[in-house]
Amino acid sequence: MLRAERFLPLLAFALLAGLLYKGLSIDPTALPAARLGQPFPPFLQKELISGDELTEQALLPGPALVNVWATWCYSCRVEHPFLLGLAERGVAIFGLNYKDDSVKARDWLVQLGNPYRLNIVDEDGALGLDLGVYGAPETYVIDEAGRIVHRHVGVLDASVFARDFQRWFPTDWVADGVSSAGEQR
Amino acid sequence: MIPELGHIALIIAFCLAVALAVIPAWGAARRNVSAMNLAPTLAVSVTLFVSIAFSILATSFLQNDFSVAVVAANSNSLLPPIFKFSAVWGNHEGSLLLWVLILSGWMTAIAFFSRGLPLIMVARVLSVMGFIAVGFLAFSLLTSNPFERLLPNTPLDGNDLNPLLQDLGLIIHPPLLYMGYVGLSVPFAFAIAALLGGRLDASWARWSRPWTNVAWGFLSLGIMLGSWWAYYELGWGGWWFWDPVENASFMPWLMGTALVHSLAATEKRGVFRSWTVLLAIFAFSLSLLGTFLVRSGVLTSVHAFAADPERGLFILIFLALVVGGSLLLYAVRAPSVASRVSYTAVSRESLLMVNNLVFTVATVVVLMGTLFPLVMDAFSLGKYSVGPPYFNAVFVPLMALVMPFMTMGPLSRWREDTARRWLHELIVPGLAVVLLAALLGTFNAEGFNVWIALAVLLSGWVSLGVLRDLWRRVASGDGRLRWHRLNASFLGMTTAHLGFAAVVLGAVFVTQLNEERDLRMAVGDIETLGGYRFELVEIGQSQGPNYATDFAVFDVTEAGQRIALLVPEKRRYIASGQIMTEAAIDASLWRDVYIALGEPIGDDAWAVRLQYKPMVRWLWLGALMIGLGALVTIFDRRYRTQAARSELPTAGAVGVAG
Repeated sequence: MLRAERFLPLLAFALLAGLLYKGLSIDPTALPAARLGQPFPPFLQKELISGDELTEQALLPGPALVNVWATWCYSCRVEHPFLLGLAERGVAIFGLNYKDDSVKARDWLVQLGNPYRLNIVDEDGALGLDLGVYGAPETYVIDEAGRIVHRHVGVLDASVFARDFQRWFPTDWVADGVSSAGEQR
Repeated sequence: MIPELGHIALIIAFCLAVALAVIPAWGAARRNVSAMNLAPTLAVSVTLFVSIAFSILATSFLQNDFSVAVVAANSNSLLPPIFKFSAVWGNHEGSLLLWVLILSGWMTAIAFFSRGLPLIMVARVLSVMGFIAVGFLAFSLLTSNPFERLLPNTPLDGNDLNPLLQDLGLIIHPPLLYMGYVGLSVPFAFAIAALLGGRLDASWARWSRPWTNVAWGFLSLGIMLGSWWAYYELGWGGWWFWDPVENASFMPWLMGTALVHSLAATEKRGVFRSWTVLLAIFAFSLSLLGTFLVRSGVLTSVHAFAADPERGLFILIFLALVVGGSLLLYAVRAPSVASRVSYTAVSRESLLMVNNLVFTVATVVVLMGTLFPLVMDAFSLGKYSVGPPYFNAVFVPLMALVMPFMTMGPLSRWREDTARRWLHELIVPGLAVVLLAALLGTFNAEGFNVWIALAVLLSGWVSLGVLRDLWRRVASGDGRLRWHRLNASFLGMTTAHLGFAAVVLGAVFVTQLNEERDLRMAVGDIETLGGYRFELVEIGQSQGPNYATDFAVFDVTEAGQRIALLVPEKRRYIASGQIMTEAAIDASLWRDVYIALGEPIGDDAWAVRLQYKPMVRWLWLGALMIGLGALVTIFDRRYRTQAARSELPTAGAVGVAG
């Protein structure tokens, strides 16, 4: 003998499960929609190696990646070989050395290789604050005009790049080169 | 090579768990005794192989094998050995292995302590738990392999354990919490087994009751430790944040509270049979939901493990199978005949019903608050974060509502009682607490404080009611006290209820009378707070095993007498560069003095936070009483005489089963 009200808990759970399923496809750390399409925040910071003063003009012309990294960040070490592979293929990558010790950071680039065209030194995290950085690693895409068009929180690898980043970069070289760079680790 | 052996052990455990999920269940359906008899052996074998895998992972940590990815990411050669061991569960992969280890531990306990139960029940219970083990072992093997290697690029040293987790409290907090979380799978398995067998009578309630009490007791202790750890380790002096991950452990506790009480009514009187089964299903479902929330990354929290949608999807599918399947089973098999047991409005049954309702509603409001940000995000209505104001506004009144009934419950008779008898039992304690509350509410430093008066009133009412009940049981006409009349169940219940009253008192006092100041202090500066005088006498630097530290020495005095020499620290962990605040606390029953260092602000001065926290210890002392009270109940003699009362063939006497 089946009674309708006995199915209520099941029904309630089905609704909850549906919600949770939808929740999985949402990234709670995603860039707030309001920031998308905004210009990169203006700054005046030192370059890591040369010590020159840099402004947001140095990032132009795009498209380019701005990669937030630090020597204290383990995931950055994981991500590093992939960035080297990208740079080799001609993707412009700018580093944002976030809350880090510049001496250690230079050692790191000597030891592991330097995928960055330039590195913005953000020792106290002030630029990171303007940018809304959660932590390292994080990678932003800026377009030709220097506007932020995408943000990725966490390690950047071949699958993430193919899914979310490829459309801003010419596709012909990406197909083989990048995926092999990602498989190195 | 060794880590690969661990991986193989985990695969063997998975295969054995599949056998456990299938063979005894099949045997139960076909009444095949030899298939059912395999259940205990298989359960013990799963435990054996999971233990091997766990030991190997622990060995990799202790031996600094940085070719293992989780070791490289969560340990460091400088890390003290005890933290190398606790680092095993300081990460997603290892903590999942701990989860499975504890689950298999519960299975083994059932295999050993259920010889008095009908064989078919044991077979079904272990099969259900085997199925859960299959899910989690598959989760571990497919998405979160703890034995994954970093070859050939093996790092020279590890990334170090998150400094927040390098703490004694965090060594025991996760295992205790998981004991509770996972332990709720036992009443769940009993409920499913009872539904499968169609025997939803008092006997399944009697069998699962001691297990439920133990699991719920561990959960209480685990939550208590988490709160205590947050208090001294995070440097804020807060003890509960309504963080999504805290809620994830709190919801099963709330549901478990309803379950523990509802089981009593079902066992003793055969009432609330559907309720109790549903509560058992919900309590474990909520602990699975907690696992999902913590490990899928759908909610942001300081506690959450690295977000990984793939893992999230896996748990969600498993959650849908387990919870959906059991609720479907409930819909089809729940007792269709309303129980014929009657009771009146004035009876212990109705009071337990109030308890069921309040704690279920409390669970629902906490669930709604926890999931609200997700709902809004899912329908693109913006990003929200629901904070303490919501939770306090809905949760505190619910607890205040249940407390008056807590006093009457244990005093009341089953089936039918009279309001006149209630009045007779409680008029004196009632008047006494009203007087006490009015006095204490009025005579404090800030004038009449309505919250303190209410807390004293309600907690006093619960405590005096409990003590009145105790007296009624031990007192006899001739003036001698008969302590032997008290059984373990009663003592446990009494302890837990007094503990609840203590938690309420602690929570309200520390919230209402807390004093804190953020100051700039240099050597020689003197400040006063809460009647204490704080002098900063020294600032210095020193080295720990894997960190460098700035420390300050405070001389705390009261009326010229030294109370304590407190040394708060600001540590910088070498491997990760993370900065940690180590608060210095002088603890006592009636108040804590709490000092945390902020940032250096030039001229040898530091930002300092001084806090005076009255009765904050009562929170954890009370929670400890709740947990220990629940654990004590298993020593009740009734649970040891189950075999004699059972009419079905038992696991200990399988020869006669047919």
